[in-house]
Amino acid sequence: MLWKSVVAAAVTSVLLSTVTFADEVADAIKTIQSVQPASKGTADARRAVSALARGGAKNLIPVLQGFRSASPLAANWLRNAFDNLASAEAAAGRKLPEQPLTSFVRDTQESPVARRLAYEWLLKQNPELKTQLIPGMLLDPSAEFRRDAVAMLLEQAAAAPEATSLPLYQKALSGAVHKDQVDTIAAAIRKAGSEINIQNHFGFLADWKVIGPFDNKEEKGFDVAYPPETELREDAEYDGQLGKVSWKPVNTEDDYGILDIAKKIQNYKGSVMYASTTWTSDKDRQLELRLGTPNAWKLWVNGKMVFGREEYHRGTEMDQYKIPVQLKAGSNTILLKICQNEQTQDWAQSYHFQIRVCDATGAAVSNAPKTAQTEPAAKGTN
Amino acid sequence: MLNISMKSGLAGILRNRLDSSIRILGLTAGIIIGMAAPMLQQNSIAADWRQFRGNDVNSIATGTPLPTELSGESIAWKTELPGRGLSGPIIVGSRLFLTASSGYTQDRLHVLCFDTASGKQLWERQFNATGRTNCHEKMCNATPTMTSDGERVYAFYSSNDLICLDMDGQLQWFRGLGSEFPNASNSLGMSSSPIVVGTTVVVQVESDAEAFACGVDTVSGETKWQIDRPRAANWTSPGMLPAANGKPALALLQSSKGLAAVDPDTGTIVWNFEKGASTIPSSTVVDGQIIIPSSGLTTLKPGEDGISFQEVWNSGNLSPSTPSPVVANGMTFTLNSAGALTAGSVQSGERLWQLRLKGPFCGTPVVSAGHLFVFNEGGQAFVVKPEQDKGIIVSELDLSETILCSPAAADGALYVRSDGHLWKFAKP
Repeated sequence: MLWKSVVAAAVTSVLLSTVTFADEVADAIKTIQSVQPASKGTADARRAVSALARGGAKNLIPVLQGFRSASPLAANWLRNAFDNLASAEAAAGRKLPEQPLTSFVRDTQESPVARRLAYEWLLKQNPELKTQLIPGMLLDPSAEFRRDAVAMLLEQAAAAPEATSLPLYQKALSGAVHKDQVDTIAAAIRKAGSEINIQNHFGFLADWKVIGPFDNKEEKGFDVAYPPETELREDAEYDGQLGKVSWKPVNTEDDYGILDIAKKIQNYKGSVMYASTTWTSDKDRQLELRLGTPNAWKLWVNGKMVFGREEYHRGTEMDQYKIPVQLKAGSNTILLKICQNEQTQDWAQSYHFQIRVCDATGAAVSNAPKTAQTEPAAKGTN
Repeated sequence: MLNISMKSGLAGILRNRLDSSIRILGLTAGIIIGMAAPMLQQNSIAADWRQFRGNDVNSIATGTPLPTELSGESIAWKTELPGRGLSGPIIVGSRLFLTASSGYTQDRLHVLCFDTASGKQLWERQFNATGRTNCHEKMCNATPTMTSDGERVYAFYSSNDLICLDMDGQLQWFRGLGSEFPNASNSLGMSSSPIVVGTTVVVQVESDAEAFACGVDTVSGETKWQIDRPRAANWTSPGMLPAANGKPALALLQSSKGLAAVDPDTGTIVWNFEKGASTIPSSTVVDGQIIIPSSGLTTLKPGEDGISFQEVWNSGNLSPSTPSPVVANGMTFTLNSAGALTAGSVQSGERLWQLRLKGPFCGTPVVSAGHLFVFNEGGQAFVVKPEQDKGIIVSELDLSETILCSPAAADGALYVRSDGHLWKFAKP
């Protein structure tokens, strides 16, 4: 009977210590996840990172799993915890556990940042993993993995005979979310005599209604709430800067959705213009509006201002601003206020914007027909 | 492996007792070491290059002079870097710290630590940017230079992420100033390099849409103070007026409006020069005289009362372009956009001579033993010996890589980085 008691006690001890260990790790990760801006919770997070380090390599996976419920700030603490653990293993001449980490990398339900972190550490000890993992990541929730997969296809396409390269470029396009890669693909596809709709691929909004100009002399119009900010009526007519103004339809055929007010309408110096459009969603969802403009701007979605920025002529590029927005099922109203100042330099004459709707990877999300159930375009074709 | 009660009970008691013991030991050791500490600290700091433009933020290297004959033989080592950067290296003891940024959107932040003797990488830590990473293509997220108080290092990026690590890469605190203040960014990129004054990291975050400066506690990462700044794009870095005449050191905050002297502990503006200043090259302080890129160059002499200043001279023909002014051998030096090095009298502001170098230049020269060490954007190094009536190019070396950083100097060695490499130059 004694041996049974000893075994039972030993089993209980192991179980208890396992539970305790798991609790400690969970507590430490929860502490890190609780870190707040302005350095709140920093001292506790520091202690938690140290505690995780003492646990060694068995904490690698739990730390990575912790990214799922972590803010970007907390994720950086977890990244440091993982780097510390992995560095210690490397310094001790031990390999990281390849099988569980590879499984983690493959799990698209986990945090893209954590999966990429694990992948890059694995790559240091086994460069072959790149060819094993990346080809399957063309439509991955991580923009970085997608980029690698697209790059791999572009290498194959560049090396392939011209007659067989087109399908490779088209396949690469299905996952491409970065402008430089899409530019390369578009040039190759067009050179091969095929068509590509870059506007649709990125999800740029091309059809707008525009009203203005309103006054922005001495840049004072940025803070003035002109009527379109309080009511959106298509048949409205208001007193503008130069007389009566009303909503006019305007669209852009530019590949990158640039609506050039200076060219399409007029470069009214010291003015405010408003542009409005709708975007139909098949369900409530959080997406991103990505805006590029060299002008000052404010943006509203369904009547709620989501961001505004008073900066003129400090450069512009695609995806200059990434604005998370909550969209509702059905029609969503997007209103942009765009401001031109009175600078006279050659480089200060731009008056344009581009806006697209996409997910967090930058992949376009289709503008769902009101009666149809749609899936994100980037999951399949464009 | 502790159980829960152990964690909250016995472990707590043990920790308290241990802490008490450490405090007693620390107090005793502190008393013993305290008398020698100022000497030790001074010696160790003198051999360091702890922040942008050096310990005193004036680009002057102290200690062992740098080798003036730069050649292939003077390259002690060269090592690869994992990302881009306009940031310069900093050196603390035998360790060199450097930032880099990588990725399609430059959102991967790298902090690197190297052994200065061998060039071997000792550790690397990476983070993800929490603020905007947009930059002009010439710039990148890793544009500001790191700073250190000798016990910790502080990395800052265009995305306004301010990261404190200990000397072994353990995260001490992380401030996402870009996400805390999302409008304080510049679509061309931010470049201001923070500095440490006392126990405060002084940071300038100034743009057209939002502008502030703050003092962050070196240990806790908490904000000690925050003040509004002129709302306009500003790429200059804080300067430092060293403690003198029993008055504490002041931080110097430059903007298009002028130069504010600020108490680094409280953010209180002690005095304010309001005649405007450049928004790219930064002020420097040598021998108690402040040289401001303002209407060319303007110099101020702080009053002995610590709360006033006097304008000494202004010279419209000593205008700097991107590099900040430096002082050597009783002369001020500026580099203009054409690549000409202009010498002026520190006493009067009179222009003395010009030397045509091959520009353009982005980085600020380092001064060592009366020589200027400067790299142009094409990676060509010039060592210039300035005399009262002319400048002499002592040696040149072409690294054939884009170099936009301000180099660092410590313990007789010169360090510079490109987007791809880090070099150490020392006497063969």
